[in-house]
Amino acid sequence: MQERKIKIKEFLSQFFKNHDLKDDEDIFALGFVNSLLAMQLVNFVEKEFSIAIEDDDLDFENFRTIGSIDALIGRKSASHAES
Amino acid sequence: MPNLEAPGKNSSPPGEEGETPSPQMRIELSSQQIEARGGFRAFVDEHVRPFAGEWDRLESMPAEMVSRLRERNWLGAIAPREAGGGGMDPITYGLLTEAIGSGCSSLRSLLTVHDMVTLTVLRWGKKDLKESWGPRLACGESIGALALSEPNAGSDAAGVETVARPDGDSFILQGAKKWVTFGQIADAYLVLAQCEGKPTGFLVPAETEGLQRKPMCGLMSTRASMVAELHLDDCRLAASCMLGRIGFGVSHIASTALDHGRYSVAWGSVGIAQACLDACQEYASQRRTFGKRLDEHQLLQRKLTEMTAETRAARLLCYRAGYQRRTGHFAAASETMLAKYFASRVAVRAASDAVQMHGANGIGDEYPVARYLRDSKLTEIIEGSSQIIQTLIPSLPMPEI
Repeated sequence: MQERKIKIKEFLSQFFKNHDLKDDEDIFALGFVNSLLAMQLVNFVEKEFSIAIEDDDLDFENFRTIGSIDALIGRKSASHAES
Repeated sequence: MPNLEAPGKNSSPPGEEGETPSPQMRIELSSQQIEARGGFRAFVDEHVRPFAGEWDRLESMPAEMVSRLRERNWLGAIAPREAGGGGMDPITYGLLTEAIGSGCSSLRSLLTVHDMVTLTVLRWGKKDLKESWGPRLACGESIGALALSEPNAGSDAAGVETVARPDGDSFILQGAKKWVTFGQIADAYLVLAQCEGKPTGFLVPAETEGLQRKPMCGLMSTRASMVAELHLDDCRLAASCMLGRIGFGVSHIASTALDHGRYSVAWGSVGIAQACLDACQEYASQRRTFGKRLDEHQLLQRKLTEMTAETRAARLLCYRAGYQRRTGHFAAASETMLAKYFASRVAVRAASDAVQMHGANGIGDEYPVARYLRDSKLTEIIEGSSQIIQTLIPSLPMPEI
């Protein structure tokens, strides 16, 4: 799980230059998230962690922090493994 | 699958014996892509280029051209095969778009907007919507159009004024849309509206009660792209017509559509630039001034050289974007945006120079360059204007090649 968070942080840090992003920090509140980053985040998560983000997953809470993104990936990975 | 070569797939011959071969960078098309490109160009030379000027004058696209694209699986060409689409790889799709764009930007814009809608429905549509509309759009049986812009909203997509009001299991849409490419003939529209005060995407079937469309004529660019205004007057939609969820209309719905649109427009811009170069080379090899051919004058040679260099540079950026799209690289959207930005500017410069090089002949309709200039200008405006892109690129990570 920690490894996942590190990868998410590495990805986001490319957009949040000169800012040490914390696991529980609200990325929307930081004001750097535009629509392009939002879409690229989905693409990154899907490719890096081999999951599919679906329309029902579109909830800002799922993408608000490194922790919430990690939790979403965990849930999606678990449901994928069960099916 | 045809594509630009995968990294490291084709290694150079080993250097010294026993040495591990080092992968060499290769930028070349596969044999399938070269063959496909030949087919695209032949189609354009036979069915598109000779007639594009007339379509432009008539401000209409013949229905048979839509059928021709459909028959060849070029409407929805890039949609996955399992969804009913053509399953074309991004590079081959780019070659198709460049070829069509070199002949007629209006026809290219049909590919652009239809696939913007198709891919977005397949990506973010609910199961019911994907099953009902996905296959029809993916095979081109139904035509999709993007209805984002409004009289008071364009670049500021989140500022749309169309409203979607939840009503039981439905949504009721009220508002107006403008500059809807192929809006006159589309079967379904991707509409952005405010729902509970947040931008939200919907797929609105053309037959929805209360939806009216009105042709927009006399536009400067892509005159045969059958642009329309839409008026939505209490249009009731099933809940399944919502794309994604409330509030994600710009960040994910419009973004998905626009990302594809930028890729398509980037290649279409390369098509315009190449068409300008071809037209200029032909003209300059025949026209004589001051006792010699135009292409023997150094000033004209300079223009042709600039046009050649810029067109090829724009195409390389498109290849780069296409390659990243094929590999699913997260930065594909950024690279695509950069390619569109550059290629659209190249197209405008090439078209402007082409008109200049044609002199008084350039401003009439005997030669195609005036149309190229009018059409090129739109590429700097649509799917993210050059100015909007300029505000975004500096903050985006751009991985090194």
